[in-house]
Amino acid sequence: MDTLLLSRIQFAANISFHILFPTITIALGWVLLFFKLRFNRTGERKWMDLYLFWVKVFALSFALGVVSGITMSFQFGTNWPGFMEVVGNVAGPLLAYEVLTAFFLEAVFLGIMLFGASRVPGWLHTLATFLVAFGTTMSAFWILVLNSWMHTPVGHELRDGIVHAVDWWAIIFNPSMPYRLSHMLLASGLTVAFLIAGLSAWRWLRGHRGAEVETGLRFGVILGAVLIPIQILAGDMHGLNTLEHQPAKVAAMEGNWETQGNVPLLLFALPDEETRSNAFEVGIPSMASVILKHDPAGVVPGLNDFITAEGEVMHPPVAPVFWSFRVMVGIGMLMLVISWAGAWMLWRRGVEGMPRPYLWGLTGMTFAGWGATLAGWYTTEIGRQPWLVQGVLTVEQAVGDIAGGMVLSTLLAYVAIYVALLAAYVGVIFHLARKGGRYDAPVASPGMQPAE
Amino acid sequence: MFDPEALPLIFAALMGVSILLYVVLDGFDLGVGLLFPFAEEAERDRMIASIGPFWDANETWLVLAIGILLVAFPVAHGDILTALYLPVAVMLIGLILRGVAFEFRAKAPLGHKRPWDAAFWAGSLMTALAQGFMLGMYVMGLEWTWPKVAFAALTAGALAVAYSFIGAAWVILKTDGVLQRKAVDWAKGGIWGMVLGMGAVSVATPLVSARIFDKWFRFPEIVALAPLPLMSGLLVALLWIALRRLPTANDSFAWFPFAGAVVLMVLGFFGMAYSFYPYIVPEQLTIWDAAASTESLSIILVGTLVVLPMILGYTVLAYVIFRGKATKLSYD
Repeated sequence: MDTLLLSRIQFAANISFHILFPTITIALGWVLLFFKLRFNRTGERKWMDLYLFWVKVFALSFALGVVSGITMSFQFGTNWPGFMEVVGNVAGPLLAYEVLTAFFLEAVFLGIMLFGASRVPGWLHTLATFLVAFGTTMSAFWILVLNSWMHTPVGHELRDGIVHAVDWWAIIFNPSMPYRLSHMLLASGLTVAFLIAGLSAWRWLRGHRGAEVETGLRFGVILGAVLIPIQILAGDMHGLNTLEHQPAKVAAMEGNWETQGNVPLLLFALPDEETRSNAFEVGIPSMASVILKHDPAGVVPGLNDFITAEGEVMHPPVAPVFWSFRVMVGIGMLMLVISWAGAWMLWRRGVEGMPRPYLWGLTGMTFAGWGATLAGWYTTEIGRQPWLVQGVLTVEQAVGDIAGGMVLSTLLAYVAIYVALLAAYVGVIFHLARKGGRYDAPVASPGMQPAE
Repeated sequence: MFDPEALPLIFAALMGVSILLYVVLDGFDLGVGLLFPFAEEAERDRMIASIGPFWDANETWLVLAIGILLVAFPVAHGDILTALYLPVAVMLIGLILRGVAFEFRAKAPLGHKRPWDAAFWAGSLMTALAQGFMLGMYVMGLEWTWPKVAFAALTAGALAVAYSFIGAAWVILKTDGVLQRKAVDWAKGGIWGMVLGMGAVSVATPLVSARIFDKWFRFPEIVALAPLPLMSGLLVALLWIALRRLPTANDSFAWFPFAGAVVLMVLGFFGMAYSFYPYIVPEQLTIWDAAASTESLSIILVGTLVVLPMILGYTVLAYVIFRGKATKLSYD
């Protein structure tokens, strides 16, 4: 296989693994602050129990996020030297501000937040919890500014083929940034809502009937039910923004080959780039036109507009974008149904009255946020191909001149580690849930180990 | 706007400080990982407790250093990292292993603790060896020939042993009792790695480049520079004397091995900085050739000048909060 493809797979593997953990920590930081403030206010034991349980999940997720993030910062140089050489004048300061304003803040105060409760005054511990949550959100802000600029680059000029920043305000508040940032922050909130609801449901099913489990379940379901309609709205607005700035991506998402009106919303199809058409289409007539143009006759750009006169394909690969988009929307709809059904049951009957199949359903949705987040990122990132920075730099121009075999060897090593760590992570989360209760440091003496 | 000629120099200095802080700070927690096989299980818990609140922030200095290389010297960043592709990958996998093992060992089922301890050690070792290897390759001008790779293998081993020395010095500072006495023995075993590593780099660097040879052995520079190796030698001798007498009855001078190790690393760092200046890719690209545009560097510098003092401030705060002998880590 060639270096370009291998480097792309390697970066995709790294960033896919990485995003799982910030997606949890961004929102979980704020949730922990909420638990802590509730405890400060009410003095109720259950809030501290919730804090102490979820802070363990936070610490574990944070560590995985940090180490997988370091990997990426190096890969810019090892595999994609052309990226920084061409757009470094814009990407550099944005990344620098992320490190300066976010990484140190969260890393230093994480130590105080995790281990300082008995060493610092209560207000300082609460402040540390706030600063960690704030730091993770700042980190998301800067990285999404850069990512959005790569999709909708403005505020720069080209001199001798090198990008130079002209207007930082325009660069930071580039056209897709507000939509992408809201969409991602909401995704993080939903991921955490379903994580908390799912794990609490599982604990409830296993007979943990403490107040903290019941409150956790209630909290997760309500948070999910509140966020999901906002997310659907934000996602729709993001889609309209994409239609304006990256019409080829939307064409691939809709599986729409020809520029035309009355475009159907496809529920199922097998897009084929050889024949440049879809097989086995099942769709709702004119619905895509209604969603994208608010008019059944609305004309939506098609993929065939993005073939150059020389026959070069300048639109993304269709099937992966088409399918990722449907997986994301499908999980979103499932979240809507499950969280609203749960909220209704909580209102009518409380946690006690929730039927077992429903609780098993929630358990099954524990990591649903991961699925939707990954599918969403695949949609937008594959949807940017063949560009690395839309209209400025292609991935092919940026890739480093490394022997294919070398990239393959590191790729295999990374993937092996990531698979093992993912299994360990999910296993340990369920182990913590099974153990439940308050934090006890592991017993040191090997003779006292329970058989597990 | 800042002076376009001064900016690359300022950023080279900032990067240097970040690397130095990283080597010292992550050096001691990597060293603690390297010493794991020599410690009992309860001792390992205490060693972890001594670095628990710090390791994450320590590692962030690496991100800042590589970040400055990335943003301030984009061309050099590509050249250096593609030349060091494999050791970088080994280091990253090592960093991943140790970072996650740290959390997993305390949270996984008890029966899994031993394998995670092994992963913590292996990750620390991979990281230390890879960094030492990269140091050697950098000194050798980033060329992959057998003699140069052999030299890099030597610095790889030396840096790993040097990290175990500063790790042992940290354990002397942060613990007491049997573990502290053990750490004194570990430090005695590790100090030669420091001497060997610094000696090898000091001898090899001028031999590889006539320019660097000239910078050191020209009159009158040789007189001005002589204190650098002389002070290092004196410090090593003092450290050795101290290690023979530690631990003292009232725990006085427990800070000395760690302080001495830090000063040694600072001296070594300035020696290297003097040798390689003004090059960032040895003998090929100067910091001015490789620098990003003036307007980009200016906007980063503004943020750095505002934020860096704050970072240093709350880093010091964390070390003050967790001062004294390490106690058991707990979340409540």
